[in-house]
Amino acid sequence: MNLIRIFKTVFLIDFLTGLLIAIKESFKPKKTLNYPFEKGKISPRYRGEHALRRYPNGEERCIACKLCEAVCPAQAITIESKAREDGSRKTTRYDIDMLKCIYCGLCEESCPVDAIVQGPNFEFATHTREELYYNKEKLLENGDRWENVLAANIKADNPYR
Amino acid sequence: MEYAILLFSEIYKILYVLIPVLVSVAMIVWLDRRIWAFVQKRRGPNVVGPFGLFQTLADALKYIFKEIIIPASSNKIIFILAPIVTMTLALIAWAVIPFSEDFVLADINVGILYIFAISSLGVYGIIMGGWASNSKYPFLGSIRSAAQMVSYEVSIGVIIINVLLCVGSLNLSDIVLAQQKIWFVVPLFPMFVIFFISSLAETNRPPFDLPEAEAELVAGYQTEYSGMMYAMFWLGEYANILLMCALGSILFLGGWLAPINISPFDMVPPPVWLILKILFLFILFALIKAIVPRYRYDQLMRLGWKVFLPFSLIWVVLTSGYLLYFDLLPIY
Repeated sequence: MNLIRIFKTVFLIDFLTGLLIAIKESFKPKKTLNYPFEKGKISPRYRGEHALRRYPNGEERCIACKLCEAVCPAQAITIESKAREDGSRKTTRYDIDMLKCIYCGLCEESCPVDAIVQGPNFEFATHTREELYYNKEKLLENGDRWENVLAANIKADNPYR
Repeated sequence: MEYAILLFSEIYKILYVLIPVLVSVAMIVWLDRRIWAFVQKRRGPNVVGPFGLFQTLADALKYIFKEIIIPASSNKIIFILAPIVTMTLALIAWAVIPFSEDFVLADINVGILYIFAISSLGVYGIIMGGWASNSKYPFLGSIRSAAQMVSYEVSIGVIIINVLLCVGSLNLSDIVLAQQKIWFVVPLFPMFVIFFISSLAETNRPPFDLPEAEAELVAGYQTEYSGMMYAMFWLGEYANILLMCALGSILFLGGWLAPINISPFDMVPPPVWLILKILFLFILFALIKAIVPRYRYDQLMRLGWKVFLPFSLIWVVLTSGYLLYFDLLPIY
């Protein structure tokens, strides 16, 4: 037993097997993605950048119930509302401080009309912090841009809600 | 006027060697990272330029434009001098490396001693950096590094004696030419292995990268350095690695000699063979970096003093006894 060990130590057997394994492994397919050019699959429940959605006729979904504002643990959401001429209550201000946000997804869960949602986008880094104080305009624009994906995700996740 | 011409032609010759060395240092950093990534099934740097080849240039550019922070409590002159010393020492050793029979900057008759002296001086850059930073981690790192380099230099010295016994000359070109019949890697194979492992320790590469053991010493003697000064340490380190690879290929793998002296092989220009051999050794360096865990400090010292030194000393006795008994001692 001891002799085998001495033999192995002197002739660097373990080391050479390791080296062989390393050479073999280096020709196998890579486990990592070529990130900026290819992206990993993300679940429909992914909690990325926020968006405010609209109904298909262009009407904002948000009814200014302020449930999201109330539930937000980081108090990142600020909402002000006013009745419109037709008597419906709509938001006049809907701000999310993306720097405060902890991306917990509670706003999305609490929303009775699926207005505020967290989309699949996670690449919204900016050069200044001001750009990360999202207002209603920005959120609606996000909603318009991602609507197809958002709708599909909500549908895919529906059975589990 | 004559002196001016001489001066310019010498500077031209020096640049002719130094610029390829610096460029290959950049390429070798890329290769190192790439091989490391491949063994771990990652992709490594592959975005900047073809296959990511210009990654190091981009990094260097970044370092150049970064602010150099000099710690308030540091010894400023020595702090600035340290990376310069490291870099200079790593580069001037290339003066005696023979790239082919007639292409060597300084064909001095004690070339191997010169290289040995320069690589021993390399400790100073590290110690100066660690001391002048006036901070705990750099200091501990530089102490470790100094102890490690000094111990392994001893066994490298003894190994070089082995080679010199077979050659009978300290000139590097003579050492290469002595290997025309057979490369020294064959008769002195154990010495080659020990030389290789010692050169890993000498250049602070894994598994002997204790001076920069990031888990315990942050970055060792480089902790307080930033910007261009850090880049110079880093360049010097890789130039040193390249130098050790070159030394290994000259001492054991026949330098610029072709493996077999027959027709497609002797058509290839000699420097290409040297470059291929350096590359081979470097790929081994990089592979080893990827597969080995770091040694503990007492294990490192034990290996250096209790295993390598006695073994190479015994081998000196064996080699000289063999040469004496069969009357093969070279006479110059």
